[in-house]
Parts: sequence; C-alpha cells; structure tokens
Amino acid sequence: MDSLQQRSSTVQEPPGAVPAYRPTPPPAWQPRTDPAPLLPEAEPLRVLGTDAVADADPALLLRLYAELIRGRRYNTQATALTKQGRLAVYPSTTGQEACEIAAALALEERDWLFPSYRDTLAAVARGLDPVQALTLLRGDWHTGYDPHEHRIAPLCTPLATQLPHAVGLAHAARLKGDDVVALAMVGDGGTSEGDFHEALNFAAVWQAPVVFLVQNNGFAISVPLAKQTAAPSLAHKAVGYGMPGRLVDGNDAVAVHQVLTEAVARARRGGGPTLVEAVTYRIDAHTNADDATRYRAAGEVEAWRAHDPILLLERELTERGLLDEDGRRAAAEAAETMAAELRERMNADPVLDPMELFSHVYAEQTTQLREQAAQLRAELEAEGEA
Amino acid sequence: MTTATTGTAAAKAGGNAAKPKPATMAQALQRAMRDAMAEDPTVHVMGEDVGTLGGVFRVTDGLAKEFGEDRCTDTPLAEAGILGAAVGMAMYGLRPVVEMQFDAFAYPAFEQLLSHVAKMRNRTRGAMPMPIVIRVPYGGGIGGVEHHSDSSEAYYMATPGLHVVTPATVEDAYGLLRAAIASDDPVVFLEPKRLYWSKSDWSPEAPAPVEPIGKAVVRRRGTGATLITYGPSVPVCLEAAEAAQAEGWDLEVVDLRSLVPFDDETVCASVRRTGRAVVVHESTGFGGPGAEIAARVTERCFHHLEAPVLRVAGFDIPYPPPMLERHHLPGVDRVLDAVARLQWEAGS
Repeated sequence: MDSLQQRSSTVQEPPGAVPAYRPTPPPAWQPRTDPAPLLPEAEPLRVLGTDAVADADPALLLRLYAELIRGRRYNTQATALTKQGRLAVYPSTTGQEACEIAAALALEERDWLFPSYRDTLAAVARGLDPVQALTLLRGDWHTGYDPHEHRIAPLCTPLATQLPHAVGLAHAARLKGDDVVALAMVGDGGTSEGDFHEALNFAAVWQAPVVFLVQNNGFAISVPLAKQTAAPSLAHKAVGYGMPGRLVDGNDAVAVHQVLTEAVARARRGGGPTLVEAVTYRIDAHTNADDATRYRAAGEVEAWRAHDPILLLERELTERGLLDEDGRRAAAEAAETMAAELRERMNADPVLDPMELFSHVYAEQTTQLREQAAQLRAELEAEGEA
Repeated sequence: MTTATTGTAAAKAGGNAAKPKPATMAQALQRAMRDAMAEDPTVHVMGEDVGTLGGVFRVTDGLAKEFGEDRCTDTPLAEAGILGAAVGMAMYGLRPVVEMQFDAFAYPAFEQLLSHVAKMRNRTRGAMPMPIVIRVPYGGGIGGVEHHSDSSEAYYMATPGLHVVTPATVEDAYGLLRAAIASDDPVVFLEPKRLYWSKSDWSPEAPAPVEPIGKAVVRRRGTGATLITYGPSVPVCLEAAEAAQAEGWDLEVVDLRSLVPFDDETVCASVRRTGRAVVVHESTGFGGPGAEIAARVTERCFHHLEAPVLRVAGFDIPYPPPMLERHHLPGVDRVLDAVARLQWEAGS
C-alpha cells in the first residue's frame, strides 16, 4: 500500500519534476559482437566481366562452361519428356544452371548435397546417373538412387524440410571427427518456412559445417519475392542467426563457385555455417502444370535472357581466347550425346514389381503387411490367369 | 502395479534373497537410455532440457554428466528442428533418441515425422533406415494445464513406417525402450506421464530382458470378457477386473504394449476364449485407436463374440482443464458399466 500511495503522489507532481524513465539493461544483458561482418554485400557479387576474373582458373572456367551447356540441354530434354508423357512433371532450372552446377562443383567427394525437388541438375553435376535423378519425376520410385553412393540426400519435395537434415548430418559428421560439409539448397519461397528458420538457428548454435544456398529465382510458383519477404535481401536473414550472409549473382557461375568454395572451406575448418543467396531467375514456368504468363510480363523474362549464365561465361571465355567455335561445338556435341542417351533410356518402359510396395515400409514386414502382400499377390495371379 | 516381476519371483524362489529396492518407471527409462548409450556409442539423446536439467520429468537425469553434452544434448527449443536434425544424424549412422517433452508440443515436428522419419526407408528403397526413437510423455491425469495431456497415439498409428509403443509397467518401460533404441525403424515411444512415478520391485541392477516390439501380454487371466488396453489405462483395467470379481465377472486384461505393429494373435486368442471384449483407452473414441481395434476384433472373431465389441474412451472433446479431467478419463466405474452392457447374464 505504501508504494502505491507513494506512486500516486508522484503522479500529482507537475510534469518535468519526474525524471524520465530510462530503461537500463538487465544484469545478465551483454551486447553481442558487431554484426557488420555478418552482413551480406550491398550488391550481388560479380566476377565475370570484372577485373576479378583474372584470378579465375582457366580449367575451372572451361569445366563450368561444358557443364552449363550440358545442364541447359538436360533441362530442355527433360522438359520435352514431360510433353511426351515420360515424366509426370519437371521443374526446370533453365536460367539457373550456374547456381546448380557451380554449387555442386564446390563440394568435395566426401561432402553431402541436400537438394530440393528443383535441384536435379546439381545432383547430376555431382555425378548422379541422369536417369536415376529423374525417377521421382517419372514416378517409378520416389528416390532412384542410394543416397550414400554419391552422398546426395533424396530430392526433397516438402519445402525446406531437408535443411535440418543437412544440419544434423553435418553435426553428426563433426561428432565422428570427419571433415564433411553439407550443402543444403532451397528456393526463395522455402525461406518462409519454419524449417528454414529452425535449421539456420540449429546450425549457428551448433556451429555445424553447413552451407545454405538460397536460389532466389524470383517466384515461389506465382508469388514474387516482394510478397514473400520484407527483408532487404534473403542473405540478410543470416545476421539474426549469427552467421555470415553472402549475396551473389546467381547467373555468374564463377562468382557462385567462388562464394560457395569459400563458404565450404570456412565450414570445413570449423568456422560454422554460411547463408548464401544467389540472385537468379527462373526462365521457364514453375513446372509444365504452371502458366507463367498469368503472373509475369514477357519483357521481364527477356531482360533476364540477356543476363543468361551461359552467355555471360561464353563472352568471358571468348574474350580471353579460351573458347572458339570448335570448343563451342565440342561442348554442344557432348551435351547432345547426353540428351540422346537420356531420351533413349527414358523412352524404355520401366519394369516395376508391385510386390515391392511392401518391401521397404519396415525393416521386417509386420503381420498386417504380410497379409496385405498376400492379397496383392493373389490379385496379380488372378490378373495373370485372366 | 500388481504384476509379478522377475525380482519378486527370484526373491520367492530364493527365500532369503534381499528384496530389491522398488524402482519407478522414470528410473527404468533413464536406465534403458544409459545402458544403450554405454553399449553403443552411436546412441545420442537430444531434446529441450534433457541435459543439465535432466528433463522436466528427470527421465534423462545424469546422462549429460555421464556421457557428455555431445551424447546428451540440450537443443534449441524447436521440435521440427530437433527431429529434423535427428533425421540427418541418423543418415550419418547415429541412433538419436529424441524427447518431445509433452504430447502436444510434438505437433510442430509432425511434418518431419510424417514426411521424412516415417518414409525415408521407403523413399530410398531401404537404403536409408531411420533408427530414431521419439519419446513422447503423453496422456492426462497429472493435473497438467492445456496442451500437456493429449493422447495423440491415433495420429502416429495412422502413419505407415512408424512403430508405436507404450509401456504400462516399470519392467516394460525398460525393455521396450531398449528394444526401441535397438530397432532399425523409427519408434514413437509414448510414455504415460501419470505412471512415471509408479513403482515396482524391478531392480535397476538386474534389468528385465529386452523383448521385441510387437507383442501384447495378458496381464490378468479371466474367462468372461477381455479388456483390451494399453499404457495409462492398464492399471485402471486391472483395478476394474479386481472389482468385477465381486459381481461374479471374471475379466481378462490384455496390455497391448505395441499399437503398431498390432498383435492380432494375442488379442484375438483372448477374445475367442472369452467371447466378449471392451477396448479401454483415454484417447478420444471417434476415429481413435479403439475404433481400429474393435473393427479388427470384429472382423476376426465375429463368430466367437457374444456381444458387440464396446469402447470405453475419453470423450470426443479437446482435453479438458485439469479440474474436470477426472470426468473425461475412463475410470474403473466406466469400465464396469461397459462390462455390464455386454449382457453378461446371457452368456454365463
């Protein structure tokens, strides 16, 4: 009561006599270190067309070029396969090949890749059989490869849910004393998901050797970035977790490779996670089921075509005398061979065993599944006799 | 608990053997994790508050001290992140044991559980098993405020790829958790909160043998009707069976222990003997575990049944505030009422 009366009496005093309330930090409060080193570049980092390109290894430039040409051809071939009904769906990365390929090539063999459903190309660049990479999209099985063989997690359809997996795997590797890095890929839409936040937070708290690569291709199906986030850039989100954010031109294969290589090296030497935003553009629609003309102007697409990742690299290589007509033809022919082989193999009807439906639910089939397997077997036998 | 234990059986047989100190279910669970961690360096315990505090129910007490914070890890407070990270750890050969603290706090992790934990083996044609245990303290009866007393087992049961187990005795708490950690498949391990402090003559020094997951057990033999139950409702049914004797009803009590896989054999053998069945659980009845169990029993035992299979379940309401929970939770009287509705006189 005393304190209440005291307070009411002070309120009656004329304004100005009461010292203004100034919050003081609570006893445990300690300001964190200057976040400035965590902030991303003001503009997406470019290497191609700048003086910095002089440091680039010519062999790397040529390798990136050959892979970009192959990647583009893979995209057009897979898109054609959807029109022929050979693939249920194909989310194209035409325009984004530099992110896919340069990122995958920044990894060592012992590292792990955690791709989203759109990152088939990154998996292929890492050495995965192009047909195995497409089983999910063809529909003959969910994951057509053993993830341990190339250290590629299953292509992930739910958004951002593969990111905490990457954190857990990288953390486990470090606990076991292996210098393995995990690269987790996600789109701009995926950064709105809770799993994105939780994964980045876990990675920073655990200082896990993970690199998060956001391919900001402008749209989450039809929703543009401005309706996805109010952040100055997606790379800025890193600051809140206590990890560095890097902003890079996603159509500049050399810049992407450089930034990813630095981030991977940093993670490998115990420096913790990095968030990289690669600014790029999805030239094709989300998938063949999408009509992109409903939500974006043709002029916008054409402007990005002028900033095509293959054009940028080809111009650089030509100017430096590293690429001539023969080189271009050789790369195109290699890509055509890959496409022809892909076409041929994808045009063969896959042979499926329906009994496999029950094979991989549990390590050991339950009684219930054995009964259901018997039912299906009887149905198949009856079909065979009919 | 009225069940016989290895400890008491040995004491009776030995005559002079000292009676072991009673142990609680929480201690048995802690011992199971400790033994598993000591035997297998790939077993990692993780979750919110599991380290320094030893868990809000003290189930992980001492593990961080004994095995270090890398083996028993206090994680950030984020259930999807905890389980998602566990998926990645399992991919790299570890065996994570994840604590979800309270039933309703596990819901943010459902996407990881349903889309990845349950399906990863299937998605990868067996190349990537998920040996993860998800420990979920569940159920009511401890006066918890809302979101602390849900019985969420039906959600887990409806997800192919998950095992769902729940112990009712101190011995089973140890044995089932050891089996769950040893399993190459993900196991949702439902711990009945109100039995954490139940005691038994089970000796932590001579733990009960590890039994495989998927076997129900007959807790009480009887001839007139079968009470099919699990977890926190097992002691209720045993008490009801004792009380029923006064009415001349000789009840059998089957403790399922494992909801997935479901032990049709033990359950149906019992119902065929008794001809009558009541399923008892505190989860809601509509679309609840009892609906599945009653259907299975009816399909398999129809010609042996003297009466329809009845269900005694929680009401179809969000879990009530603690001052009303006794009206919601199926108690002895509600079980006995159901038994009476089996038209007892007609058959005996």
